[in-house]
Amino acid sequence: MAESTPLVRIEGLYKSFGSLDVLKGIDLNVQQGQKISLIGPSGSGKTTLLRCVNYLEEPTRGDIYIDNALIGQRLVGTRKVPMSDRELARMRTGIGMVFQRFNLFPHLSVLENIILGPLRVQQRERREAVAMAEDLLNKVGMFAKRDVYPEQLSGGQQQRVAIARALAMRPKLMLFDEATSALDPELVGEVLGVMRKLAEEGMTMIIVTHEMHFAESVSDQVIFMADGNIVEQGPPRQIFRESQVERTRSFIRAVQEH
Amino acid sequence: MIDSAALHKALEMLPYFLHVLGIGALTTVGLTAAAFVVAAVLGFCLALMRLSRSRLLSLIASVYLEIFRNIPILTQLFILYFGLTYIGITLPAVGAAIIGFGLNGAAILSEVFRSSIRTIDRGQSEAAWSIGMTRSLAMRIIVLPQAFKVAIPGMANFAIGLLKDTSLASAAAVPELTFKAKMLVSETYQTNLIYFLLAMIYLILSLMLSHWAARTERRLNVVKEH
Amino acid sequence: MGYGELWEATHVELLSAAWATLQLAFGALVIGLIVGLLVALARLSGSRPLRRAALIYIEVFRGTPALVQLFIVYFSLSEIGVQFSSFQAAMIGLGLNAAAYLSEIYRAGLEAVPKGQVEAAKAIGMPRLKVLRWVVLPQAIRIVLAPIGNVAISLLKDTSVASLIAAPDLMLRAQDLSSVYFMPLEIYILVGAIYFVLCYPLSLGVRLLERKTRH
Repeated sequence: MAESTPLVRIEGLYKSFGSLDVLKGIDLNVQQGQKISLIGPSGSGKTTLLRCVNYLEEPTRGDIYIDNALIGQRLVGTRKVPMSDRELARMRTGIGMVFQRFNLFPHLSVLENIILGPLRVQQRERREAVAMAEDLLNKVGMFAKRDVYPEQLSGGQQQRVAIARALAMRPKLMLFDEATSALDPELVGEVLGVMRKLAEEGMTMIIVTHEMHFAESVSDQVIFMADGNIVEQGPPRQIFRESQVERTRSFIRAVQEH
Repeated sequence: MIDSAALHKALEMLPYFLHVLGIGALTTVGLTAAAFVVAAVLGFCLALMRLSRSRLLSLIASVYLEIFRNIPILTQLFILYFGLTYIGITLPAVGAAIIGFGLNGAAILSEVFRSSIRTIDRGQSEAAWSIGMTRSLAMRIIVLPQAFKVAIPGMANFAIGLLKDTSLASAAAVPELTFKAKMLVSETYQTNLIYFLLAMIYLILSLMLSHWAARTERRLNVVKEH
Repeated sequence: MGYGELWEATHVELLSAAWATLQLAFGALVIGLIVGLLVALARLSGSRPLRRAALIYIEVFRGTPALVQLFIVYFSLSEIGVQFSSFQAAMIGLGLNAAAYLSEIYRAGLEAVPKGQVEAAKAIGMPRLKVLRWVVLPQAIRIVLAPIGNVAISLLKDTSVASLIAAPDLMLRAQDLSSVYFMPLEIYILVGAIYFVLCYPLSLGVRLLERKTRH
């Protein structure tokens, strides 16, 4: 496969919160259609890195390009100025995010949660939006609950709705921020199943996860992070089974002890 | 000690007292409602200013809050009343009262609104932004509808306080409940009966208000259950 | 006459009236703290009539305007032979009013102490009175300090209402001075500034307290 321009290009990313340095120089490319898993101990910066991609966190230094367009900032001559809220919102329509705590809108039904974006942000016709939403609901297995409110759903059901909500915007990239970490163990499978289906359909995905089996089976590339740096990056087999880097090996060992 | 003839005379005037006080009560309720609207609109703007990313707007709102919360409302009413006359605006006393209570109430309500907006989990805003909503749209259709429900008890408490505060408008001869009562007392000298009725009416009004607020809050939560 | 000159002419009287206002507020606070404690004890007591009486007290004093309460203490009571001076009536009325709010603050403070701590203390054999003295009260006091501070600030502002029963406070003095100097707006603005100078530091203090007790 020819190497075209990466869908996501991260160059020299630094992020500090006050005096705490969370990201210490990240360079990363994600090709279209790739599934990338970010693994590592707590505090390694993987969630922060993910949140910089859709500019929910503002980098302290560095550039992030989505489909060759700089996100969050604009080039004015040689200077970089912050992007307007409207432009940023527009860029974000191409990036879907799934949160650890689902963040469904509690005052709206499942269907309304999903059609809200297409209706109010993309100005689609209601009939078109509903048809697409029902299609997505079928895909994630939540069609029967389309008129139900989020508080009446289990965690796994809410997360599946959240995935459908993100997909309703027809993004070219999906970001998963520990999508199953807040779920009871028996509900994890149904969400991973949806994510796997999505992966098989060719979606570009960046996944922050603790589910090592899943990461190994679904990813093209696994990135192991620690202390704000990428320690090692490579195909799943390399990271999980054949790593030559001690830091990686001890992490994999510790994780698989469970 | 209780003269039965005097008691009779007092009770005979009861319907008259209730009639006059009733009219006063209407004025009180109207004054409260009008001032509430002013306070809510202005208070909402102030809350947004306090929450805005512009440090200037936030500062202006903070200064407003500090001034209006650290000066008695009676003083504010007098300053407004004389200030308006000074710059040549002649408003009826009721109008000045509505503005005065509204300006003061805005400071109080803005804090109610601000804290209820802040109780809405940031994740809600982030989810809205991540599907491409601007900050403004996310605030309007995701955060504010949820914050409104949270703000109801605070708004109800404010409304009850406002109802009681309107008694101060009697100092400016606004024909509300307390003023009417004072008039009746100077007219008939039935101090005890009249002030007792006065207290009762305020009590009933504030109880009605808090019941209505509780019912509204319950109704808004039930609608959600479908 | 500009503000400077006006202040020159009036500041002695205004400041002495401000002092009277402070005394009024302080006296009312003391009354409120004591009566509020009694009401809170009645509210939490085992006797139903006492509890009922306390609830009625709280309901009545929180459901009616302070001005009306002052009217009743000053005017109505005089009808049955109890005549207070306007200053006394104001202090009593405002104090009784504050008591209703303070009693609820006391109650909330006591209930905010985690029950688990009381149970733990009892489990190691501490007698009830000691539990109260060493476990419950210290924490409850920390919790109620900021709300009591807020009541104090409200009292300071509410003293202005006393002027409406002609009690010699800052607002009444302002009224007098207005008819002497014919500059009501300027005088009330000066008075507003004095109230601000009195209340703002208290507000800052209470906010500091609130931040400290949250952690």
